[in-house]
Amino acid sequence: MPEGQFCNKTPITTDEQLKATLNDKGGKQYYEEMNHLDVDSEKLWGAIQKTMKSRIKTWLEICAHCGLCAESCFLYQVNGRVPEQVPSYKIQATLGQIVKKKGKVDNEFMQMCMETAWSKCTCCNRCGMYCPHGIDMGIMFGYLRGLLYSQGFVPWELKIGSGMHRVYRAQMDVTMEDWVETCEWMAEETEEEWPGLEIPVDKVGADIMYTCNAREPKHYPEDIAEAAILFHVAGENWTVPSEGWEQTSLSMFAGDWECCKDNVQNVYDAIERLKPKRATGTECGHAHRATVIEGPYWTGRPDGQPPVPFLHYVEWLAEALRTGKLKIDPSKRIKEPVTLQDSCNYVRNQGLKDITREIISYIVEPGYFVEMAPTKEHNYCCGGGGGFNGIGKYREQRNMALRKKMDQILDTGCKLVIAPCHNCWDAIRDLEEEYEIGIRWSFLKPLVIKMLDVPEHLLPKDE
Amino acid sequence: MYDFLTGPMLWVTFLVSFGGLLVRAVMYVRGLNWQLDRVAYRPNMKYGLRGGIISILAFIIPFRARLWRVRPGFTLIFFAFHIGLLVTPILLEAHNVMLKEAFGISLPTLPTGVADVLAWTCLVGGLFMVLRRIAFPEVRIITTFYDYLLIAITVAPFITGLIARYEMGDYNFWLMAHIITGEIWLLSLPFTKLSHAILFFMSRMQLGMDYGIKRGGMKGSDMAW
Repeated sequence: MPEGQFCNKTPITTDEQLKATLNDKGGKQYYEEMNHLDVDSEKLWGAIQKTMKSRIKTWLEICAHCGLCAESCFLYQVNGRVPEQVPSYKIQATLGQIVKKKGKVDNEFMQMCMETAWSKCTCCNRCGMYCPHGIDMGIMFGYLRGLLYSQGFVPWELKIGSGMHRVYRAQMDVTMEDWVETCEWMAEETEEEWPGLEIPVDKVGADIMYTCNAREPKHYPEDIAEAAILFHVAGENWTVPSEGWEQTSLSMFAGDWECCKDNVQNVYDAIERLKPKRATGTECGHAHRATVIEGPYWTGRPDGQPPVPFLHYVEWLAEALRTGKLKIDPSKRIKEPVTLQDSCNYVRNQGLKDITREIISYIVEPGYFVEMAPTKEHNYCCGGGGGFNGIGKYREQRNMALRKKMDQILDTGCKLVIAPCHNCWDAIRDLEEEYEIGIRWSFLKPLVIKMLDVPEHLLPKDE
Repeated sequence: MYDFLTGPMLWVTFLVSFGGLLVRAVMYVRGLNWQLDRVAYRPNMKYGLRGGIISILAFIIPFRARLWRVRPGFTLIFFAFHIGLLVTPILLEAHNVMLKEAFGISLPTLPTGVADVLAWTCLVGGLFMVLRRIAFPEVRIITTFYDYLLIAITVAPFITGLIARYEMGDYNFWLMAHIITGEIWLLSLPFTKLSHAILFFMSRMQLGMDYGIKRGGMKGSDMAW
């Protein structure tokens, strides 16, 4: 079975391999090697027999082929309603066939599966809400991705992504030292304006342990500073762990389940070590899903819960505003039409729909909030979920996918979009770059900081 | 022949059909796996049952789920078809006469006119199901011969039953045909996609538990199905 230097069935586990794969620009050699990659049918069928139980087996069997899932899929809608984009078709033609043929499929077929799994489904789970039989094709595509990953049929960026997590335990090459330094640097920078502000690292027994997305220390450390400002103003007793600070999981997008477990265990170990009362993560959807919603199962926690109550950032923020720990100056509230992007990963996947609207009620002048249609758990994916944003090979398809969100935003008439999710934020930024519809987008942190009513004693003395 | 088909054969049919469906239900539950499914069924049973029941109700009550509201035409045909399919054979007078003879009990029976309307509804519903499979590209692409075969198996007892009921042609022949097609339908239940008769409830329950336990239920927000 010929395996390539970069494209093979072995995960990236060393810095050397990682850098070498990264140097293969755009995955040119990687995809060339993929054309010669053999399928290990026996292993594939073995994995299916071991892991495909009642749920997925029944779903494949009883799908009534009614086609009611078609309209539920935004990719079907934006791609001219071609029948090849019907969710049921997409999964039956891929996973369904692999099962039917007991794993005896060829390279060409696996490449088709890869394209379908990563460019025709963002695992947004919306179809699951519209299937009379309760068939959730997002879950099945997640499962298929796992099978494809184990056979080496995974987009170049995600092979690297899960490699990053394996080597650095972060989605980018941010080491523990980089992270701690960034925290120190941000604390110093921010302290000028916010006397007494700290970013306490590895404080044992804090009320809240904060974790984030590696993009923040890597590309926009001001996000960490903003989190620190809000914790500071709210008077929280908080900390960040030096190890186990990264809660994203590109391995979840890649289908590298072994790596998923390792990542989330790393965060849970930090919790065990620092013994905070609660934990909270940044404004990210998939990170929350990985650490809080799916993570407990990967690490084998029978109650399905993380070791301590783990809030999404919107939950912490709503609580701080509700209890008066953070106060908003009413004159600084948003006074322009503003809409909200409901992230699939914590709204449809954890029901946090009302809490974001509670935040809106504090920070937006009544009458200015405009709902997208459809909204809450019926909202559509931002267009770049499930790893779609990061895959160069499928950029064109991703740009097409952004159109649904573009139309939804245009229909609200708003120029400002609140997106408390890194991935949605990126997708909306890209859609503005691609289609130039003249919108602005923001996380919650900077918005809230601008409108805070700050107690006198927290302000710099000499001003 | 009649005695055999309505005697031993009917017993075997009932046994295989209902026993088979029961076995499938049990196998389904046994095949659930909290770690693979990523749902903590047992420790959160209360949330799970709540979510499961909400999910089942949303889809068996017409126009309750959003799906049913955004597709009113389909919803009407779908429910008419299934109601006709389930209610007619159970509450048909002729069937209840047999039940009375065998066990001395019988269920309330439908007036002939109503039974006729229900049977015809089922047939017309079946016809629509076939037509939309042909007409809509999004349904056509996923339709296979097997789907048509299942519709045929399902409506055959209604076609033969109606022919016999209107006494067109040889009554005895059509009565036999009705009994045989009915038994074929019953026997197909556990072995084909028609197993959704029971597996619908299992699958819906499972997804409902998934939502009820980890995807919002424990955060106090029920899924707006």
